[in-house]
Amino acid sequence: MVAQYFNEMYDSDKLRPPYRTLEGWYQKMPAEFRAIKQAEAEDLFRRYGITFAVYGEGGDPDRLIPFDMFPRVFTAEEWRRLERGIKQRARALNAFLSDVYDRGEIIRAGRIPADLVYRNEAYEIAVAGFRPPLGVFSHIVGIDLVRTGPDQFYVLEDNCRTPSGVSYMLENREVMMRMFPHLFQENRVAPVDGYARLLKRTLASVAPEKCERDPKVVLLTPGHYNSAYYEHSFLADLMGIELVEGQDLFVEGDFCWMRTTEGPQKVDVIYRRIDDAFLDPLCFRPDSTLGVPGLMNVYRSGGVTICSAPGAGVADDKAIYTFVPEMIRFYLGEAPILENVPTWQCAKADDLKYVQEHIAELVVKEVHGSGGYGMLVGPKADKATIEAFAAKLAANPSNYIAQPTLALSTCPTFVEEGIAPRHVDLRPYCLVGRDIELVQGGLTRVALTEGSLVVNSSQGGGVKDTWVIAEE
Amino acid sequence: MILTVLHKTRYVFAAPVGGIVQSLRMTPAKSDSQRVLDWSIEVPGAVLGTPLRDGAGDILQTASVRARSEQIEVTVRGTVETTDTAGILRGHRERVPPRAYLRGTIRTEPNRAIIDLVDATLSALPDATALERAHALSAAVSEALPYTPGSTDAHTTAADAMTAGKGVCQDHAQVLIACAHLAGLPARYVSGYLNATEDGSPHEASHAWAEIFIDGLGWVGFDAANKCCPNDQYIRLGSGFDAQDAAPIRGLVLGGSEEDLDVTVKIAAQEQRQQQ
Repeated sequence: MVAQYFNEMYDSDKLRPPYRTLEGWYQKMPAEFRAIKQAEAEDLFRRYGITFAVYGEGGDPDRLIPFDMFPRVFTAEEWRRLERGIKQRARALNAFLSDVYDRGEIIRAGRIPADLVYRNEAYEIAVAGFRPPLGVFSHIVGIDLVRTGPDQFYVLEDNCRTPSGVSYMLENREVMMRMFPHLFQENRVAPVDGYARLLKRTLASVAPEKCERDPKVVLLTPGHYNSAYYEHSFLADLMGIELVEGQDLFVEGDFCWMRTTEGPQKVDVIYRRIDDAFLDPLCFRPDSTLGVPGLMNVYRSGGVTICSAPGAGVADDKAIYTFVPEMIRFYLGEAPILENVPTWQCAKADDLKYVQEHIAELVVKEVHGSGGYGMLVGPKADKATIEAFAAKLAANPSNYIAQPTLALSTCPTFVEEGIAPRHVDLRPYCLVGRDIELVQGGLTRVALTEGSLVVNSSQGGGVKDTWVIAEE
Repeated sequence: MILTVLHKTRYVFAAPVGGIVQSLRMTPAKSDSQRVLDWSIEVPGAVLGTPLRDGAGDILQTASVRARSEQIEVTVRGTVETTDTAGILRGHRERVPPRAYLRGTIRTEPNRAIIDLVDATLSALPDATALERAHALSAAVSEALPYTPGSTDAHTTAADAMTAGKGVCQDHAQVLIACAHLAGLPARYVSGYLNATEDGSPHEASHAWAEIFIDGLGWVGFDAANKCCPNDQYIRLGSGFDAQDAAPIRGLVLGGSEEDLDVTVKIAAQEQRQQQ
């Protein structure tokens, strides 16, 4: 069986309109020039300090994530539909979080099984009954999308905690504009550089009620050993806010304070890039040295806002994912604009049986996994790999879900011989505060190995600049 | 019954520390079983936060010391009017869905011996109600773990205690939670005080027990260590998944050094009429 993949530039050999000017651009580019540009891009990324450490692989922690110069392009019309779908999803996910930490109406109504939510490791009893400012739990929702046809988009997963990668969206654009300024004169590409301003506005909009001044916002990082540390410092810099580690903050009385050379300064909003478990050793893991002792008490008495809210992870669990379309219908009374990928829950006997019988055709993932680890792509795996995975699945079925292997769309990508189609996905970053906002763009990840469907940067994927072309 | 409490906890550090932050779960919340007449928490040298009520209905308070310190002392004093509700927790305002307490932690993870104990206990009771099963499990845990002061420490897990075959109230509570989970019953750890009566009960005044959720009744306390359900001799401070999660004091010391802990708890009953 030959899989048919939708090529975003050439639809059965016909050039699709958004790529119109790019055909001449790459065809006229001499090979030596391309090599020079590629080296220049690498140099720029090194200079900006943008690197991505890969978990568990050892090697060079300052390895560059490969950047492919060929942009990925959407029309304004395509984007409008995506935008409506993404915002709809972000609204529903937040409504779900507000609900399950309050009365749990969706569970009472029998639309989602209670155990899936309340027995979930990510459900934090510490915040049951607590309503964060404006009722927002997930302030930055990263939604991973794939495309299978001109009008077919699927949501692969939601990221409600601290989705990373937005610095690549910004840097990729910056580098492209420096290297190929004329492309941005020929094409009306929607800007993405407003992201930092929107993010700061979003964070400030959820300051506690007790805050009666211009809110003090800080970014809490686990430190420079974290693989996304570059992004933390980059975003703090762009927003003009302090980048802090747990030890820079302390709790006294009903507030959280930052140590400064001029004495303690009250902090109103913490954009945290550390996991719930490490936030506060007096509430969660007692051995955490990354968090701020006593922070959860201040948070729960309304002295500081934590973004994303502790407990937000219960909405992006892979087992909950199946129910997002149901959330959209239940809370918003709307039909879902973006589709879910059909998903088998291996915890269910019937689903497990199907998955075991069809394992060679499916993608099987760990329920709590991320980054492309602990995952089987059936059609791309050899027999031994499949057998080893099947044994793990049989030993602990409820740890896995399975999905059909999607025919991910491809986008032209520079390779040794010129250009070749490579599979891509898309992660836009939706901001939720007083308003719901989305810049026109996102992070396109590309599987650089021919035929590969795994786009994760931790698995050797690369990134591309993502364009939305404004209407004429 | 009117119970008075005087509870002092003193940490003395081998070398001065750079600061201390504690989250105190040391104020009884109102329920049909208990009503605070007066209560105070004093931590000399510390800034205290405003008490807050968490989702489980517990009252929490933060104590911070920023100065270098050689010791910290928490003194809790108060008077509570208690009522015997046969162990049933009624009138306690909380927001956590009971099913969230079907989740175990590393301290309540069952081992083979706990699984066998539950199987043996429940297979003898095929038609028992949830309440009967809970009572039977509590009795089985009492039997399996003879009360042995000093046999375990604060880090002992349910599985460790079961292997040792002895324990203190903390172990009885954690093993019972593991058992209840296996029986499909939500269960949690409760810390509080017990007015150790003169009937030969050897237990310390700082006490712990388990609560099991029974449909139709709500949360019901089971004190396997004393083979009973909590009555008006008990004061409930708070709950959690396990001993660590429900600890009355969770603290962190900056630049931590060896610490020496000294705890004294005095509980006494007053005659009702003396309060009039």
